[in-house]
Amino acid sequence: MNIPAELKYSKDHEWVRTEGNFAFFGITDYAQGELGDVVYVDITKSVGDSLQAGENFGTIEAVKTVSELYAPCSCKIIEISSDLADSPEFINQDPYGKGWMVKVELTNPAELDSLLDAAAYGDMVGA
Amino acid sequence: MVEFAGYSMPIQYESIIAEHKAVRSSVGMFDVSHMGEVIIEGEHALDFVQKITTNDASTLFPGRIQYSAMCYDDGGIVDDLLVYKLDPKKFMLVINASNIEKDLEWMRAHNTEGVTINDKSDEYSLIAIQGPYSQKVVEAVFGISLDIEYYHFIYGKFHSEEVMISRTGYTGEHGYELYFKGDEDFACALWEELTKEGKEYLLKPCGLGARDSLRLEMGFCLYGNDIDQTTNPLEAGLGWITKMKKESFIGKEAIARAKEEGIKRKLTPLLCIGKSFPRPGYEVMSGDKTVGKLTSGTVSPILEQGICLAYISTESLASGEPLEMVVRGNRIPVEVTKAPFIKK
Repeated sequence: MNIPAELKYSKDHEWVRTEGNFAFFGITDYAQGELGDVVYVDITKSVGDSLQAGENFGTIEAVKTVSELYAPCSCKIIEISSDLADSPEFINQDPYGKGWMVKVELTNPAELDSLLDAAAYGDMVGA
Repeated sequence: MVEFAGYSMPIQYESIIAEHKAVRSSVGMFDVSHMGEVIIEGEHALDFVQKITTNDASTLFPGRIQYSAMCYDDGGIVDDLLVYKLDPKKFMLVINASNIEKDLEWMRAHNTEGVTINDKSDEYSLIAIQGPYSQKVVEAVFGISLDIEYYHFIYGKFHSEEVMISRTGYTGEHGYELYFKGDEDFACALWEELTKEGKEYLLKPCGLGARDSLRLEMGFCLYGNDIDQTTNPLEAGLGWITKMKKESFIGKEAIARAKEEGIKRKLTPLLCIGKSFPRPGYEVMSGDKTVGKLTSGTVSPILEQGICLAYISTESLASGEPLEMVVRGNRIPVEVTKAPFIKK
């Protein structure tokens, strides 16, 4: 199971990649494996919307089940991946790369400290 | 792996979609040993089978198979099943894993014909080979050329043990189901041989997930989802296996009465318009009225569109009013269609 060391993780199986004050959110390799084939990603928020940490911003429909998406940190949405509509399989194929979902501006970067690091996330999912 | 009717079974080996597509375009293999096999034998075996099932078993001859149902007195469905005629006085009933005990109890309680009812579920293993290249694979493994019609069976030999080769399946594709009694080593040897011979046809092992999406694309019912003790065969679209001309069978009077009174709801294939994933339990609305509920749903890997089965009130169906399903509070338009969802 792939758990990149440089990312932060939420208990809801989302990852956060920071680039300065910006960040990208996606779901982990473990999560995509549990979900199986992702068929649709429905981001229910729009560019410009603000999210509180833990706030729902969409759903992932996989063949096996549906799963909710929760913001790992408080943020404002800057961009929604345009690949998700036509290529939801990127989430299965490349969860930490082409499978990213939203680019955001962190509104409270201090929250990053309360997320899990790769080792702690690995422990959580039994990696 | 998941627990299913006491068996530990894979939902998928690799990917439900990849496995599904393999069955449609080449060949897939399923371990469905969880299915129940019951042998009915005796002087009056046919009378017994005729009484407990809705289809007409008198048309069967040894080597022939029939899809059928068992009903309660009130017309509700005990189980759907395959009836194999093995010998003039011997049948094999293939029943759903989760219903084995219930079915046996029902059969034994109605055995006034003095037949023997033997549960062989734990003795039989069952491997299904499904897809356009299934015949090549099965022929290579058994070293015979196969010319069996749909819903017929013959016997083949593997490692000098007898294997029943049945032209049946739950996918809508050309395919076979292999019934055999051997031990685990024998089952593994057969599985491996099929894997080996299937390699050039890109055979994939398939799990329960693909089994479900394949059957749903064909509009086949799944017991526990689309049919159960609260649904009768007519509303489930199983009128074709319910032979009302048969002298009698358990449930016939109730079904005849239901027919006379008019069927109130019908299991209806629905196609989702736009991107949405239909799931069992979602409500179907017509305007501000709830007119039905989904019993099965998936996104068809072939159509890449949501497909589902739902019980819809016949009144609403007759009106032809537009239907919508409710997905987390949102209304998604759905269109009444005909099964199978994919034309073959």
